[in-house]
Amino acid sequence: MDFGYLLTIAIGTIFINNFVLARFLGLCPYLGVSRKMDSAVGMGLAVIFVMTMASTFTWLVYTYLLSPVTNIWGIDLIFLRTIAFILVIASLVQFCEIVIQKVSPHLYKALGIYLPLITTNCAILGVAVLNIDEFFQNGGPITGSFIYAVVQGFTAGLGFTLALVLMAGLREKLEMAGVPESLKGQPIAFIMAGLMAIAFLGFSGFSVG
Amino acid sequence: MELSKEFFKGLYKENPVFRLALGLCPALAVSNSVENGIGMGVAVTFVLVCSNFLISLIRKGVPPKIRIPVFIVIIATFVTIADLVMNAYRPELHKNLGIFVPLIVVNCIILGRAEAFASKQGVAASFVDGLGMGIGFTLALVLIATVREILGAGTFLGYPLLGPGYKPVLLLVLAPGAFITMGLFMGLFAWLDRRRKFRYLEIERAKYK
Repeated sequence: MDFGYLLTIAIGTIFINNFVLARFLGLCPYLGVSRKMDSAVGMGLAVIFVMTMASTFTWLVYTYLLSPVTNIWGIDLIFLRTIAFILVIASLVQFCEIVIQKVSPHLYKALGIYLPLITTNCAILGVAVLNIDEFFQNGGPITGSFIYAVVQGFTAGLGFTLALVLMAGLREKLEMAGVPESLKGQPIAFIMAGLMAIAFLGFSGFSVG
Repeated sequence: MELSKEFFKGLYKENPVFRLALGLCPALAVSNSVENGIGMGVAVTFVLVCSNFLISLIRKGVPPKIRIPVFIVIIATFVTIADLVMNAYRPELHKNLGIFVPLIVVNCIILGRAEAFASKQGVAASFVDGLGMGIGFTLALVLIATVREILGAGTFLGYPLLGPGYKPVLLLVLAPGAFITMGLFMGLFAWLDRRRKFRYLEIERAKYK
């Protein structure tokens, strides 16, 4: 395992390949819950949490149940990847909801309504699939693969939250602006996201690693 | 008669991308070239038609409480089929579309139609609805991709269109271009709607004069 590489992954996923603004993942919640700052922060925290958990569990499922190199029965089950991952994520979200409700009613109140929405957030399945694409070679995990996957999951959530909170701040200001009638609502949100993406494009000049 | 209505509503009146704002992630991510757009559109149409058909077929046997997991597994199965077929026969396209092929599972159009339409309507209507929505999605992708490819690369389907002297607007094939093009298209559709409404009101007013 290489700590320099961990930093590369972190900066890469938060800024350079930001999940929303460069990879186009998780656009529905990005546009849906960015109207108010409170809900943006709540959704962001829920996504960070679920993404980290999903990265952890999908990595374990892929390594020990699906990959022919490392799994416990030695059969190639890679073709089941999509089905297995979506089931893992759906049950994980459900499980998180129940646990949070029991352990911390306060946190549940803050995150509760966002959790069910997360199952269909493509950023979650996206990070799970990306982990497999990037940190596995010939079906087997590379060294430090597990840590890399968890870090990528966590930082992807951070990047998503960053984009979401920035957008919420802008949209609160936008309420006062004189937007042309036809562009009100989603169209102007898209155009603003485009301008933000231009700003984030500046990070791609960074060389990390 | 009824069936043709179900088909055509997906193309314009209830176009999944521009009107219902569903399936935005792939609509932005793979619309950088017309070829990618068509490939993605065909894959989504296939999954949508098959899953709508099957879900409508078994809708009476599925207990309502577990319907969402059942739908997701059915959708994931068809996505896996599409994924493997595309990888076998169009490996180049499969590589270009990348993680967005497995991510068809979480495309909200598909689960949305399963939940809102196929789980309530007959088999033939669901089939036609899936086909219409799928083609509407493909058309939207091709429309965005045409603008982005012609202006951003000077080509259409890979053929040079604007001559060697044309300096491509690189921004349009990059991430920001996708957001801005999408925003302008949505604005255009909203404007067309508003104009039609005004016309209608004027005609009505003229009648009563």
